[in-house]
Amino acid sequence: MREMIRLFLVVTLFSAFSGGLLAAVRTGTQERIEYQQLKFVKGPTIKTIMKGCSNDPLVDRFKIVDRDKERSFFVGVFDGKPRVVALESSGKGFGGNIGVIVAINLDNDQIVGIGVTTHSETPGLGSRTKTDPDFSAQFRGLPINNVFKVKADGGQIDAVSGATISSRGVCAAVNASVDAYKRLKSQILEKVRAFKA
Amino acid sequence: MAKSVVQEFTKGLWAEIPPFRLVLGLCPTLAVTKTVENGIGMGVATTFVLVCSNIIISLLRNVIPKKVRIACFIVVIATFVTVVELVMQAFTYPLFLKLGIFIPLIVVNCIVLGRAEAFASKNGLVPSFADGLGIGIGFTLSLAALATFREVLGSGTFLNIPVFGPSFKPFGFMVEAPGAFMCLGLMLCIMNMLGKK
Repeated sequence: MREMIRLFLVVTLFSAFSGGLLAAVRTGTQERIEYQQLKFVKGPTIKTIMKGCSNDPLVDRFKIVDRDKERSFFVGVFDGKPRVVALESSGKGFGGNIGVIVAINLDNDQIVGIGVTTHSETPGLGSRTKTDPDFSAQFRGLPINNVFKVKADGGQIDAVSGATISSRGVCAAVNASVDAYKRLKSQILEKVRAFKA
Repeated sequence: MAKSVVQEFTKGLWAEIPPFRLVLGLCPTLAVTKTVENGIGMGVATTFVLVCSNIIISLLRNVIPKKVRIACFIVVIATFVTVVELVMQAFTYPLFLKLGIFIPLIVVNCIVLGRAEAFASKNGLVPSFADGLGIGIGFTLSLAALATFREVLGSGTFLNIPVFGPSFKPFGFMVEAPGAFMCLGLMLCIMNMLGKK
């Protein structure tokens, strides 16, 4: 019996120490990991959409609690003023969720650009929603009071041929981002104002 | 027991060099040696885990009850592997993406558990440290050597720098899985021929 307790104690202590150490390391590295993931997963997309901005949108980011989850917003400075915010949402595609970043101009509420970040669509078909610049360019300059739909659903977006479902997923993600933007606009403006200072 | 610390260290570099002499840890050896960079990255990560787990286990070798020693070893090893994983994500994210699943799999690498069981749990701190470092460096060198053959022949590059000039047609077989087995087999053969006097 005594031996059992000893075995139990040793393993428990080992696990407890290990848990504590890992929690400490995780806390210490969390921020950097988040930045690295942003840089290598979302970074290229954000950089493409916000071409010409004079800051690093990955550094100038803030979070707002939206319903029960946190959303990250990336700020783009153009002509010396923070004019654009980008946010990510996902929509259901053919092979899973498609993550889409949408950048919106704060002054006139128009879409500056969109870009797909992560997806698991069919290579060569649905994957072209990410790689085909003509597809994402269709969103550029559209006002956000639109509801974005592919033409097959009576909307304004030409789907990538052979990839209507993926294109629909992208539209759904854009709509989700636009809705969140509208819902949170006052808070976004407040945070952006803090950036100027 | 009569061996000196230097001997404990140097045995890992030739006499007991993994994976060629111990023939342990073949899974990462075959899987990650497509490029020298990956091979060295994997080797360094494993060395860190090996040295740390050897130190901790040799310090606690009188505390750990025989019956639950494997469970305790795995907890220690898994802790350090998770530390490596977090640190790699924070500082070398592209390499982390390339090595992917093979970093968490260091937990079940037979070399690490083997050294804990066969050496660190029976020897003092200094010899265990030397043993871990020697085996780790030996493992790194083996991976680098194997990866050198595969990368130079299979992609015509060394550390991503082209070595043959533009007319070289890469011998693609070498970077595929069968090429890994062939290359490892030939290297084992050469090692055995050299070892036989």
